[in-house]
Amino acid sequence: MSNVILETRGLTKHYSGVHALSDANFILHKGEHVAIMGDNGAGKSTFVRQLTGVEQPTRGQIVFDGIEHTFASPIEAREAGIETVFQNLALADDLDVPSNLFLGREKFRIRLGPFSILDKKAMREATTQALIKTGVKIPNLMNTIRNMSGGQRQCVAIARTAAFKSKLVIMDEPTAALGVQETAQVENIIRTLKEAGEPLILISHNMRQVFDLADRIVVFRRGRIVANLRKEETDGQDVVSYITGAKTGAEFEGAT
Amino acid sequence: MAQTSHGIGGLSYDPAKNSRPPELNVLLALVLITTAFELIGRLFMGDSFLFNTRENVDALFNWQRLNIIILQVSIVGIIALGVTQVIISGGIDLSSGSIVGATAMITMSFAQTAIVNGNPNPKAIFGDWAMDLPVLVPVAVGLCCGLIAGLVNGALIAYTRIPPFIATLGMMVFARGLSRWWSNGNPVSFPTEGYAVIGQGMMPVVIFVSLAVLFHLVLNHTKYGKHCYAIGSNEQASRMSGIKVNNHKVLVYTIAGILAALAAVVVSSKNLTAQSGMGMMYELDAIAMAVIGGVSLQGGRGSILGTVLGALIFGVIISGFTFLKLDAYYQEMVKGVIIVGAVVLDQWRQKNRGRG
Ligand SMILES: Nc1ncnc2c1ncn2[C@@H]1O[C@H](COP(=O)(O)OP(=O)(O)OP(=O)(O)O)[C@@H](O)[C@H]1O
Ligand SMILES: [Mg+2]
Repeated sequence: MSNVILETRGLTKHYSGVHALSDANFILHKGEHVAIMGDNGAGKSTFVRQLTGVEQPTRGQIVFDGIEHTFASPIEAREAGIETVFQNLALADDLDVPSNLFLGREKFRIRLGPFSILDKKAMREATTQALIKTGVKIPNLMNTIRNMSGGQRQCVAIARTAAFKSKLVIMDEPTAALGVQETAQVENIIRTLKEAGEPLILISHNMRQVFDLADRIVVFRRGRIVANLRKEETDGQDVVSYITGAKTGAEFEGAT
Repeated sequence: MAQTSHGIGGLSYDPAKNSRPPELNVLLALVLITTAFELIGRLFMGDSFLFNTRENVDALFNWQRLNIIILQVSIVGIIALGVTQVIISGGIDLSSGSIVGATAMITMSFAQTAIVNGNPNPKAIFGDWAMDLPVLVPVAVGLCCGLIAGLVNGALIAYTRIPPFIATLGMMVFARGLSRWWSNGNPVSFPTEGYAVIGQGMMPVVIFVSLAVLFHLVLNHTKYGKHCYAIGSNEQASRMSGIKVNNHKVLVYTIAGILAALAAVVVSSKNLTAQSGMGMMYELDAIAMAVIGGVSLQGGRGSILGTVLGALIFGVIISGFTFLKLDAYYQEMVKGVIIVGAVVLDQWRQKNRGRG
């Protein structure tokens, strides 16, 4: 088939009156890294929530890997191969690192339905591997993540996507709370994904980062996609003018 | 010297300074309270609380008292095990005491014996068909009652999204009404010999301890247990991580209901009768045991071991007051103080460990 991994057609989400997302037509090619930019409240996270089954869109289609999907839950999206780092991280503070990494998809020693026995050792080892792979610094795996720094928590969330095989990775502001070094680390992880040919959707407010990492920049404004820019054909100034609404992409004229 | 160990990414930490398990604090409290009773006893009563003082008995401890301490908390303790997993998963169950009442009445009606002292059973609820049934029948009926009540609790909470407090409050009032209506307020008595065995002697303790071990394993080593902590810690995150939160909640409350029903079987067997007022306030005692044992009402934290220790603290206090020949009123008042104290302590702990 084609080399399109993800396509949305007319994806729309209304929260009783709030048009958080309107008619999003979005395409992601295999191996491509796309950045999504836009002001606060532009609808970026809303877009991600529709893609990942956290919420169900008001209307519109999602075609992933050639198949039209309606994800009823995050687990379905994940089983289809979409790994996500959510903006609010989706971690449980009272659990330790391995439990968070494997939350909702634990490894078992013996399967007994809901009372399946956990394989703690395997999860601990896999966690160590995933953390080393992502270069994360964590003093003690077996501590609850409650007392960890914002950056460490973020790293746990990112390591979670690295621990599992996937066809698409989505990161919603993965470096928002990170220090310089940790940001570089996450950017390295993203480059590794690029080299491995794994497609990525990166949501970020960081212009430098976006220009460093992405092949293409999609700009959201007031719930609509207002620009779709190849990195080589644009610059920071240009992107800002789309974000602020000073400019609207030719193919999106009349949309706003 | 403090031993340091290396974590991932070259950060070192001191395992000795690793936050010590909260159960240790509860154990400490248990020891302190017991010691206090021992000292007060020696000073003011001229008697020992824990140790044997009778000449004609050859034992170091006062085993009789120790047995009573654990025996009197084991029935509520069974409920507290269920309540513990409910609270850990972020809920609350106020209905367990009333479920005990209703279940005891219904169960006992299927556990009656036909002939009492040569006469027909004066408290017979049903006809001959329900007399002298094998013990499995009333037990199965009882556990089913608890299962249904718990299922209703869980379904209400999971699917109508009403707060657990309200849903189980409704069940509490309903089940108490049911137990009053069942035999128009009359006690149901005279069970078969087989049924009477269940709560005889130290049987309640055996049942409580075995279940405590079982639930300790379930909470620590199974998916079910992990998800209890996850949901209580962050329900939204659990949902987003693909945990079937609604199904889990239904299961949690169903198990709590079954445990309450089991407590009803044990207590009615032990007393050889069921009364509509049975289990009154058990729900609060069970919650208190859990909270004293370090189970956080915010959800996500606590353990079965903690609850068992909490139950022992409860038992020691009640026995201690009896030992000091203090009125039951004081017991109630002190119980109230302890419950509030435990919750205040939990809030305070929460504040201190909260992230910036
Ligand atoms: N559950 C909800 N109910 C009602 N309105 C919502 C809901 N979720 C989001 N919104 C609204 O939808 C709009 C888009 O929000 P969204 O979170 O997608 O923004 P965003 O682009 O991710 O912003 P940020 O950069 O701040 O993360 C906002 O106006 C927000 O208030
Ligand atoms: Mg957002």
